[in-house]
Amino acid sequence: MTTFRFGLALGCGALALSIASAQAQEPIKIGVVSVLTGPAASLGQQVRDGFQLAVDKNGGKLGGVPVKITVIDDELKPDVAVERVRSFVESEKPAFVVGPVFSNILGAIAKPVLDSGAFLISPNAGPSTMAGKACNKNFFVTSYQNDQVHEVLGKYAQDQNYKRAYIIAPNYQAGKDSLAGFKRYFKGEIVDEVYAPLNAMDFSADLAKIASSKPDVVFAFLPGGLGVNFVKQWSQAGLQGKIPFLSAFTVDESTLPAQQDAAVGLYGGMTWAPNMDNPQTKDFVKAYEAAYKIVPGSYAQQSYDAAMLIDSAVKAAGGAGNPDKLREAIKKADFTSLRGKFKFNTNGYPIQDFYLVKVAKRADGKFQTEIAQKVFSDYADPHAKDCGLK
Amino acid sequence: MTLSLLIVQLLNGLQFGILLFLVAAGLTLVFGVMDFINLAHGVQYMLGAYLAVTFVSLTGSFLLGLVLALAAALLLGLALEFLVFRHLYERDHLDQVLATFGLILLLNQAVKMIWGAAPLSVPVPEFLSGNVRLMDGILYPTYRFALIAAGLGVGALLWFVVEKTRTGMLLRAGASNAPMVSALGVDIRKLFMIVFAFGTMLAGFAGAMAAPILSVEPGMGDTVLILAFVVIVVGGIGSIRGAFVGALIVGLVDTLGRSSMNDLLRLFMAPASARATGAALSSMLIYLVMAAVLFVRPEGLLPAKGRS
Repeated sequence: MTTFRFGLALGCGALALSIASAQAQEPIKIGVVSVLTGPAASLGQQVRDGFQLAVDKNGGKLGGVPVKITVIDDELKPDVAVERVRSFVESEKPAFVVGPVFSNILGAIAKPVLDSGAFLISPNAGPSTMAGKACNKNFFVTSYQNDQVHEVLGKYAQDQNYKRAYIIAPNYQAGKDSLAGFKRYFKGEIVDEVYAPLNAMDFSADLAKIASSKPDVVFAFLPGGLGVNFVKQWSQAGLQGKIPFLSAFTVDESTLPAQQDAAVGLYGGMTWAPNMDNPQTKDFVKAYEAAYKIVPGSYAQQSYDAAMLIDSAVKAAGGAGNPDKLREAIKKADFTSLRGKFKFNTNGYPIQDFYLVKVAKRADGKFQTEIAQKVFSDYADPHAKDCGLK
Repeated sequence: MTLSLLIVQLLNGLQFGILLFLVAAGLTLVFGVMDFINLAHGVQYMLGAYLAVTFVSLTGSFLLGLVLALAAALLLGLALEFLVFRHLYERDHLDQVLATFGLILLLNQAVKMIWGAAPLSVPVPEFLSGNVRLMDGILYPTYRFALIAAGLGVGALLWFVVEKTRTGMLLRAGASNAPMVSALGVDIRKLFMIVFAFGTMLAGFAGAMAAPILSVEPGMGDTVLILAFVVIVVGGIGSIRGAFVGALIVGLVDTLGRSSMNDLLRLFMAPASARATGAALSSMLIYLVMAAVLFVRPEGLLPAKGRS
């Protein structure tokens, strides 16, 4: 009998012990929301892969704790995104949700994620609304505020003393915001302001107008396939090298494999480029190219930084159990960003440097953007003043 | 707008129209002869572009790659006909729309799995990579002239086949009254197979020719498909001549609308509102043209004979 009791006690003790150790090893749940279907999937894959690369580099752990990553495809459809993300946060109760690529998806998933108590870290989308009045103490951005990238080119055009600019963007809200951002700093004459259809294929009509109106500079915001079409036709129309071409999200590592030589010498604006001169970027680019066979762009870089941010915060807070400790740790941004300098503003958006980047062909025949010059130093977005957070 | 700019824009419109004609010709053949709504025509155009990417990079020659891509597109057309389309001829239009819409989803996804989601491209062939200097220092890409020539060539070839050969005679007969042609002892199944495979090859040819100027990406056929339907509705369903005229109208209206709408509106509007209205109006223009044509001539501008 006593032996039996002793055995029972021993058994219970062992059980309790195993539960305790299981709790210590309980993985941190992280949802990665990204677009993996449709034409924008090449951006979404960079976000997914950049995050995964950081986790793999840390041996499947962030901040010393194992992580369980669930990848959610938002299909670039707000209704699909909100449905999938809501069911994920309700059933899994994740500590972090990282994503998405596009601002309209962010608008859809922000409420369900933040209401669940999880931290939402955007590796790309940085809408003005969530930088201002709609800011949230649990929302952080590792990219930039959307307007800033367009402002870089406007500032540069103004600094270069260009007098006449031809500007073109797709006919939707982000396109209008883009051209407004450019014009915030560019004070010269706007020769023409063109809003192209979102599914435009042939830009020959616009290119003929550019060739005949001979502006000092062209600014384009033509993301994805639009940019591939425009840049190829730009070069075929003999304009490459004749008129300075400034752009936002038009020539980057996601489109360069298709644009190739036609894009060499064209300018973009960004906070980072694969040739950034620091050891962490060299390691990152090498590891990413080895793992995924393409040159990483800003999407992968910002997602990698998001993972490193989580890594630093979990380490400092001693796990993901205490949200207040975690938030304080995130705000410190005590991690080695691929950009070098990185800190958060009161609204959870970064204060950082912005560069003019230029497309170049590397010795191995691949194409990448390279830092041309710094345009803004420690640049904070103007919406932070509308945010009530301290 | 100066005269030289107007000429360039007319050329641009012509060139865009020719590209649309290449896509619409196959669609109108299949629709007209077989009374078959093939929504998958757009993805067949996309496959032509992707095949061109693969074969041009494999062979290093644009012409050789183009020929191989066409052969592959033809084989693909035959395979699709055998596996899918053959079973749909007798069904009504709704079944055809559902099945071919399913094919769009399937093939878009398949392309992404095989070639990846990132946009790809085909370099312009060396011997066509230059520019032709038009007046006023405006350069026009040689390749676009080649595209116009290719389109006119295909148009002439189609006209010859349809109007002057026995197969063409059967095609025209099939378009007006398929059961009667069948009753006269013609193997209508075989005719359909040929028409369908040829239509797929035409779509593939359009895709391959567009690949050097456009971004090759999943979903690239969806935009073109809608425009191709506008073209054949304007031109008259089943009519090659109609597709040609319709394509030129759509190409010219779209290009001229986009290039001059802003300037026109600015004559009597503030610049900011002219821009907003211009952008909206110019993208609507071809649909307005289609609505007008449907109102005046519901059967299209140049309908196939015996169809109304």
